[in-house]
Amino acid sequence: MPHDLTKLSSIFDRNPKEPGSLITVLQDIQREFRYLPCEALIETSKTLGVPLSKVFSVSTFYNAFSLTPRGEKIVRICQGTACHIKGANLVQEQIENALSIKAGETTPDMKFTIEIVNCVGACAMAPVIAVNNEYHGNIRCEQVKKYLDGKQ
Amino acid sequence: MKIESAERLKRLRKECMAELDSLPRKILVCLGPGCLASGSEKILNEFRRVISEKKIEGITVESVKKTGCHGFCAQGPLVVIEPAGLFYTHVQVKNVAEIVDKKISGGEVISKLLYSAPDNGHKIENYHEIPFYSRQTRISLRNVGKIDPENIRDYIAVGGYQALAKVLTGMKPQQVIDEVAKSGIRGRGGAGFPTGRKWETCRKVESDIRYVICNGDEGDPGAFMDRCIMEGDPHSALEGMIICAYAVGSASGYIYVREEYPLAVVNLQKAIQAAREYGLLGNNILGSDFDFDIKISRGGGALVCGESSALMKSVAGDVGEPRAKYVRSVVKGLHDRPTVLNNVETFATIPVIINNGAAAFAAIGAKKSSGAKAFSLAGKVRNTGLVEVPMGITLREIIFDIGGGIPNGRKFKAVQTGGPSGGCLPEAKLDLPVDFDSLTDAGSMMGSGGMIIMDDRTCMVDVAKYFLNFLVSESCGKCVPCREGLYQLHALCKKITEGKGQEGDLELMERLSRNIKIGSLCGLGQSGPNPFMSTLRYFREEYEAHIRDKKCPAGVCKSLITYEITDACTGCLACIRVCPVAAITGEKKKKHLIDQAICDRCGSCYAICQFDAILIK
Repeated sequence: MPHDLTKLSSIFDRNPKEPGSLITVLQDIQREFRYLPCEALIETSKTLGVPLSKVFSVSTFYNAFSLTPRGEKIVRICQGTACHIKGANLVQEQIENALSIKAGETTPDMKFTIEIVNCVGACAMAPVIAVNNEYHGNIRCEQVKKYLDGKQ
Repeated sequence: MKIESAERLKRLRKECMAELDSLPRKILVCLGPGCLASGSEKILNEFRRVISEKKIEGITVESVKKTGCHGFCAQGPLVVIEPAGLFYTHVQVKNVAEIVDKKISGGEVISKLLYSAPDNGHKIENYHEIPFYSRQTRISLRNVGKIDPENIRDYIAVGGYQALAKVLTGMKPQQVIDEVAKSGIRGRGGAGFPTGRKWETCRKVESDIRYVICNGDEGDPGAFMDRCIMEGDPHSALEGMIICAYAVGSASGYIYVREEYPLAVVNLQKAIQAAREYGLLGNNILGSDFDFDIKISRGGGALVCGESSALMKSVAGDVGEPRAKYVRSVVKGLHDRPTVLNNVETFATIPVIINNGAAAFAAIGAKKSSGAKAFSLAGKVRNTGLVEVPMGITLREIIFDIGGGIPNGRKFKAVQTGGPSGGCLPEAKLDLPVDFDSLTDAGSMMGSGGMIIMDDRTCMVDVAKYFLNFLVSESCGKCVPCREGLYQLHALCKKITEGKGQEGDLELMERLSRNIKIGSLCGLGQSGPNPFMSTLRYFREEYEAHIRDKKCPAGVCKSLITYEITDACTGCLACIRVCPVAAITGEKKKKHLIDQAICDRCGSCYAICQFDAILIK
């Protein structure tokens, strides 16, 4: 997939070009492209003076980074403790069935990605899902579909 | 506008207070995580729209303030009207015009939006009188939900940065450390290390550079206190950090925030920017010769980065793997320099200790655990939300008096504290005082303050499996006993929940747990088996029921249960409508039937049935 790598230079410009900026730069790249394209990792390695192996190691260590392209809408299912005991697994199954993909995967039309997060910190409203950072609390299994097509 | 002296700050406080007093009524809309998930942002916008349209004398758009978490998330979205303290619950967009018409322009209270006491239905107007609030002692959360977190003038109006002024004008660094030590405050992040001693050690190490780091990683699932402080009162944490930097002699600090908390990052950035403009960060703070600045470091979503040495590696842009701590990070931390690492709640508490004195703080709470502690109440409890209580209070008081007990007529089963490193405590331990040492003795721990309540519909084997699964994915992989041991422990636990458990499994798991504990470098591995060990200690019979009888007494583990409809069914069609796989058939006013071959045991029918006609076998 071709990428507009010119956007990379503005990311490099706003961060100090030193190994210590690695995580911040990767976060900015992830925000821009919604994942970490291979070409961008190679550029990062050269620009920050960090071995590519280490760039890869950091990219795979943190949950926030993805090496595969992600959909337009990221459906994040909270699997924190409170959400778990209030049935987050069941919510997850319903969402997986509705989109015909498993957690961590993206629909072939690139519309939706399902992500599992450990806790979004809205435990009082468990179970919680977030669709592109818009939070929905007290989710019931039969409701999930209305959050997926954008109609509310 | 730089504030050039403590004297000028005092005058500014008076100005800021006058600004607030000039608003005859303030409408506080809670934008904490709970209310946000219930749609409070739309309510805020609606208030602004209605008020700018109606043009009521003395009420402007400035009268509408967005605040951080007010605490009582279960009743959200919350709107508080000050100065009366009028507390509106479950507010919807359609209520906004009525609130403005009645209470804000006139004086009439809208009864249907008030909190009603669950026992007698009595309506309570002022939130201070609601037991959920009246039993709390708010120290670190003192301003959360009351001020606009994006406005530094609101913080200054409530006495913000006065502690910093006091320190810079009248206290030597050693005096600050002594004061913090005398207060007896212990780190609020989980381990409970005495804060004063940590600062003292850092100050004593020979070095030209020292760092102060605020840990806002809050990776424990079920905990959101730090999030609420960073979002709702970021300046209190900054002030604590600046005071610490002055005490230990540091010029540079970091706040490490989880990527999952985007609003916390934004509010902290705004707060740091404002503090710089006001001369409270940067060079010559408040006209003194003390310099200090703070940068934000965004975490990447890894639980292990809450551990000090892993966090410091992550701040330096590296993979967050812990190191062996023969030399502690307070001596050799970030970039191998002495580093103080405290969590958000600890730093937010420091200004109160300085302002009110160590003795006043030490008088609150229990003997070896002074002060108050914030907890997030979640799970199967009526009043979910954010609370802060004096240490030494019992679990029963928190769960039943403040938390309002278990909803839906179910029975209390266990309370989980301390996140994945903690444990589950049964009913017999409810009268335990909540302090660092008592919880550890009982096999759990204080942790950062997540408190998850479980009822008799929660399977403890499933809970242990949940935590183990979480820890398997969060183990950094450096130590084999943690990486492989937790994996095996999880596999065994999973086997038991699937009804494939065998005699001897529990003993094997116990042995494995002991080995993981002694063979791991950091707290994640050392405490990793805790969720299993504590559930086994208090709920062994539940494990045995899974293994011997192939039954899940709580009715959770899918392989061991079936749903059936009993004769109590009235034929209301509710379960047919909610069943996502269309496994239920039947006609109106006739008993329905579940097709076991299709049923995926999601429990939707059980949750919706109002006649207790669904039986879990």
